[in-house]
Amino acid sequence: MPRFLTLIRVDEKNAPAEGPSPELQERMGKLLEEITKAGVMLETAGLTPSEDGTRVTWEGGELSVTDGPFTEAKEVIGGYSISQCKDKAEAVEWTKRFLATHEDYWTITAEVREIAEG
Amino acid sequence: MSAPHAVETVFRIESARIIAAVARIVRDVGIAEELAQDALVAALEQWPESGVPDKPGAWLMATARNRAVDLVRRRETYARKLAEVGRDLEEAYEPEPAAPDDIDDDLLRLVFTACHPVLSRHARVALTLRLLGGLTTEEIARAFLVPEATVAQRIVRAKRSLARAGVPFEVPYGQDRAARLASVLEVIYLIFNEGYAATAGDHWLRPGLCEDALRLARVLAGLMPEEPEVHGLAALLELQASRTAARTGPDGEPVLLADQNRARWDRLLIRRGVAALERAGTGPYSLQAAIAACHARAARYEDTDWATIAALYGRLAAVAPSPVVELNRAVAVSMADGPAAGLALVDALAGEPALTGYHLLPSVRGDLLARLGRRDEARAEFARAASLARNARERALLLERSRELTSDHAQP
Repeated sequence: MPRFLTLIRVDEKNAPAEGPSPELQERMGKLLEEITKAGVMLETAGLTPSEDGTRVTWEGGELSVTDGPFTEAKEVIGGYSISQCKDKAEAVEWTKRFLATHEDYWTITAEVREIAEG
Repeated sequence: MSAPHAVETVFRIESARIIAAVARIVRDVGIAEELAQDALVAALEQWPESGVPDKPGAWLMATARNRAVDLVRRRETYARKLAEVGRDLEEAYEPEPAAPDDIDDDLLRLVFTACHPVLSRHARVALTLRLLGGLTTEEIARAFLVPEATVAQRIVRAKRSLARAGVPFEVPYGQDRAARLASVLEVIYLIFNEGYAATAGDHWLRPGLCEDALRLARVLAGLMPEEPEVHGLAALLELQASRTAARTGPDGEPVLLADQNRARWDRLLIRRGVAALERAGTGPYSLQAAIAACHARAARYEDTDWATIAALYGRLAAVAPSPVVELNRAVAVSMADGPAAGLALVDALAGEPALTGYHLLPSVRGDLLARLGRRDEARAEFARAASLARNARERALLLERSRELTSDHAQP
């Protein structure tokens, strides 16, 4: 059974400043519990805003360090999950359900990637 | 995604819950599974026309439950049955989505029914994988290396046995709960073990079965958070599974614990295993998980805390005595207190009928004799172990150990 890393990308500039509504948090909590109880969720976490982040780049033999916010990025990673599913279709189905808990004013892209094993 | 594929994916995610909810209405897991399949067929017919509904899982659930209620209504004995079980139809059928707690309750009933002691172990395993693991008959057959017809028949017979025995669709409370829970845990453990130490065929590992069992253990831990031994089983399986990548070499040959590259152990699974262990108890699975955690904590084989492991095996021998546990205790004692101490324990098992033909007894004995420098005896033991091993890869490993001892070189 393959494992998947799902990266949740959010447009921070257009996301509600006050963060997820209490109703959304409740819906999300319920769904995460459901995914866990289905034996699918291995790990999940949300990340602090990208302005607290730092990028370290290796290019041309040189290291460079850039502190957030990363103005050129339209979307930044806001959270992730590691799940174990029978196939990618199942991982995508759970991801759809996660996104659908959000209100209409959110713009989110979830990227589902299989974790290489072996 | 094409509509049929979407239907199948949604169905696989929901099937255990649908079967469980429907079984509560019709009180028969065989009929429940058929009704769930009917709902799947209805979706395959309708969704390509009408599009996939917003909440596909809820659609399948509602369809299956409606059919269940229709069926119950049509049963002539319905009124009598109703009086017997003392509930009314409205209670059995609320068109609203069921509350999560109800679903959990239904799932637990399904777990205990599929693992009911009226069924043979084979039947419990097949039914559990089918109804709760969502595996097809073909997938189960492939995993256990038996013909599909055999599995199909096992499942049909199992459903019939449950119906004939009048097994109530319920979660046991009171006196027999512990025994019934032990049966559930055993089924999941058997599935895992079948994958972990493939007894037949030439594969050392069938990871698919390990993963199915692990998922079932995780589901059960979610359904029964108040049962320490359930967390013990989950912890044990997470920790055992964490070593999967290190247990086989490049050509699929088995790599023993002492020789495993621990960098290949899965840290996420170890972390999950250790977290589950914190909620575990003092039963046999919990103790085995504690032993597995000792291995997981050792960065190198030389760092293994054998004294603690030997003590844990002592406790395990007290709560779940078995010759195999005693054999493992002997290995741990030999590592903690030297090969002579271990050999004394192994030799006490010499006449043990349960270990007749068990290749690990001569294998362990050979290892201890070799460590004591008794090479000729050790060689004979390894040869005997090889002749008893049912797995070709293990046999090759034992023959190799035997051959090593024929050289005239002193062992380092």
